[in-house]
Amino acid sequence: MMRYFLRRLGHAFLLIFGVSILAFLFTTLAPGNYFDEMRLNPQIAPETVAALRAQYQLDRPLVVRYASWVNSLIHGEMGFSFAYNSPVAPLLLVRARNTLLLTVTATVLAWGIALPAGVWSAERVGRLPDRLISWGTAALLVIPDLALALGLLVLAVRTGWFPTGGMASVDFEDFSLLHKLRDLALHLALPILALVLSALPLLVRHVRAAVAEVLGAPFMLAAQGHGIPRRTLLYRYALPAAANPLISLFGFSIGALLSGSLLIEVVMSWPGLGPFLLEAILSRDLYVVIGGVLFSTVFLVTGNFLADMLLYWADPRIRTKSGAR
Amino acid sequence: MQTLIKVENLVKRYARRNPAGGQEELLALDGVSFEVLAGSTLAVVGESGSGKSTLALCLACLEEATSGSIWLEGKDICKVAEKERREMRPQIQMIFQDPANSLNPRWRTLEIVTEPLVLRGGISRDEMKKQVYALLGRVGLPAETAKRLPCELSGGQRQRLAIARVLALEPKVLILDEALSALDCSVQAQIANLLMELQGALGMTYVFITHDLGMAAHLADEIVVMNGGRIVERGRAEEVLREPREEITRRLVAAVPRLTRSPLAPIGR
Repeated sequence: MMRYFLRRLGHAFLLIFGVSILAFLFTTLAPGNYFDEMRLNPQIAPETVAALRAQYQLDRPLVVRYASWVNSLIHGEMGFSFAYNSPVAPLLLVRARNTLLLTVTATVLAWGIALPAGVWSAERVGRLPDRLISWGTAALLVIPDLALALGLLVLAVRTGWFPTGGMASVDFEDFSLLHKLRDLALHLALPILALVLSALPLLVRHVRAAVAEVLGAPFMLAAQGHGIPRRTLLYRYALPAAANPLISLFGFSIGALLSGSLLIEVVMSWPGLGPFLLEAILSRDLYVVIGGVLFSTVFLVTGNFLADMLLYWADPRIRTKSGAR
Repeated sequence: MQTLIKVENLVKRYARRNPAGGQEELLALDGVSFEVLAGSTLAVVGESGSGKSTLALCLACLEEATSGSIWLEGKDICKVAEKERREMRPQIQMIFQDPANSLNPRWRTLEIVTEPLVLRGGISRDEMKKQVYALLGRVGLPAETAKRLPCELSGGQRQRLAIARVLALEPKVLILDEALSALDCSVQAQIANLLMELQGALGMTYVFITHDLGMAAHLADEIVVMNGGRIVERGRAEEVLREPREEITRRLVAAVPRLTRSPLAPIGR
């Protein structure tokens, strides 16, 4: 167990290291930098621009810059944002927190709905409820996320039930705690609904397919023949047996926690990583972009790592095979 | 001996869609009737597609018959409510053809055999564990297999495990659906002997479903031959083998390998 765990951990760190180098390379290879626009401005002297470039080490070789970036990463800064004139890490952390609030809630909700819905549908393969679910998920699948988000916004504007963007009302600070929570929930509702609706169809379909396949297995028939109650049969026998592909999918959805909501955040003006990174890319705020890439990578790697560990825990056959080696 | 199972005019129709999109009906069982005496073995023999596996599933209440009755000790198991049926299920147990698939691949032997004991309830965990080891010994599995997964056992061991699992329920009827077909010859003989020994000791009634007339004759008291969802021939085992009346039976008799002097000679020794 320990060896498997350590080997996986080693892979994860290697991957993050590799991605950080690639992110550095690609952002450097891309044309232009943050100070190019200043150069066109006749009111700023060329010497000032050159001094700024020197201050931020943009005139130094790539290797030196990478080394100093790693150094600042160790000190918890992750480089310096030109636009905000501040270390990158705290800027990213605040936004990442907002994004996680959104995506973690949405992921929990989506899985919470998809598991029973998928099992329910699998139990009735080919019958009317199953076909309705299939049609519903197919319809949701073909609607682009953008259209979904815009549609929800239109709904919010027409009905006035939900705020149309942002994370808090203007006078949020003056609210009582209960009122604050309510305000936050109302602001969360639409982006979460958009995220759940876009993630749900895929999850439901995977759960349904995995469970339906297991339901026909002879060991399920045998258990049914023993007289084991239906609900136990579904959740204690079928679901664990169908879990392997679902665990991989779950790891993937953890990996997408940071990046999955970028579009929705921009459309619904949620103060998360999405709008922040978009702005940074457009203004070529180098270290913010690299920081964002690194954050997403860490999440992706963590998700996969978690899925591996879950698989190891959930499927005794994997343990037996790796133990025998 | 008294009659334990009485099957009356059992019909099973499957509706399925053909590739052209129209409804197609498949008559898997076309009015099957027979009786089985308590403590005896009935072999149901037929080629693939003759309806014998459907019959097995209906007997084990894993498929609902379209019409007809299956009487078990005076109760029609096709007609009782789902709750009562669940309580009756342990009395009729099934052994499947492929032991690799009929055992939960994630559970260890100990858990697999404990599960039916948990279902019956009424005894402590320690008592259950003791019973599991007793059952494993009964079917000839060494105690160390208790910690093994099905994928770590041999085919014969898996089928022994499947037998131990159903024995935990103390069934009256055991339906053996091609239970020996997936095994090697020598293992087949061992399992067959185990089954006969268990029948002698526990007085279970067997419905032995197979395409192997030779094995059927060896194990069964009575044989029915199925073709196209109907019973075409029935009789005492030796008679059917010696003097087959129907063409289909003659084909099945011809398929019996004749390495031994007679198919009725004892095997496994």
